[in-house]
Amino acid sequence: MAETLPIDRFPELPRDDQGPVFSEPWQAEAFAMTVKLHADGHFEWSEWVKYISTEIANGAPPDEVDHNAIYYRQWLSALERLVADKGLSSPPELMDRKDAWRRAYENTPHGEPVELALAGQS
Amino acid sequence: MAKHDHTHEHTAPPSDPALRVKALESLLLEKGVIDAEALDEIIDTYENKTGPRNGAAVVARAWVDPDYKKRLLEDGTGAIAEMGFSGIQGEDMLVVENTAEVHNMVVCTLCSCYPWPTLGLPPVWYKAAPYRSRAVSDPRGVLAEFGVEIADDTEVRVWDSNAELRYLVLPVRPEGTDGMSEDELAAMVTRDSMIGTGVIQAPK
Repeated sequence: MAETLPIDRFPELPRDDQGPVFSEPWQAEAFAMTVKLHADGHFEWSEWVKYISTEIANGAPPDEVDHNAIYYRQWLSALERLVADKGLSSPPELMDRKDAWRRAYENTPHGEPVELALAGQS
Repeated sequence: MAKHDHTHEHTAPPSDPALRVKALESLLLEKGVIDAEALDEIIDTYENKTGPRNGAAVVARAWVDPDYKKRLLEDGTGAIAEMGFSGIQGEDMLVVENTAEVHNMVVCTLCSCYPWPTLGLPPVWYKAAPYRSRAVSDPRGVLAEFGVEIADDTEVRVWDSNAELRYLVLPVRPEGTDGMSEDELAAMVTRDSMIGTGVIQAPK
């Protein structure tokens, strides 16, 4: 059970690193959107804490060892739920848009900027 | 129309979470809920302009100025704001002082509440399940893994952060630092010493 594993089972955990807190750009973007939505009054921070706590309590895939990736995936799931609950978007809308971005990538010649207009018809 | 080699006609899509973030971001931008410039500014602020140096400045001030230290322990939020540090996750701060009798350390067992204005964003281990659970069940064991030995007759207090209250540890000022300036002292203060998972070594 992940909750009781000793810290030394995770030798990759940086103990004295003061460096980057985001290992990939999407993590920083998800973080910034959350801060911005809160700053603009879309939700209280205590509300956010309930959402992220719930995701963390649900646990992580046992084979994932990158704690930053685990954490920000939980963060992103919490943000998606909160955004939907606040009526700012909805799960089907998010899913459709994600698929559109995937098609846009697939239709974009390598090296050119990826634009949503290239998603074409679904 | 020119013919293209098939392998050049597409770009590999990024990971699933990266696509989900693009979906969310593009929808919120279109709806005018957020703007791209504000997001860049937030990322820049948290990557480059906040961090444990802010907390270190607070600690050094408390070490050299007894009146400031008194205010800091009585009203952490107000005394930290005097130094110009405030904002999200810093609204309600409690500063706990380490002494020969008491060693304080901070965790957030539910998620990762952390005093952003003074310490920046939390390190990876702070957000990881092993630290969240073991800091409470076996604090001395965790401290030993961080290389911190606490005397048997020193009480270890673990503070569980939450959405309402976050903690900053005021570490023990090391011996042999009497003549040092506030800036020199601040340079010695480590992030971990302000979480309570480190102690500050005396200068050689």
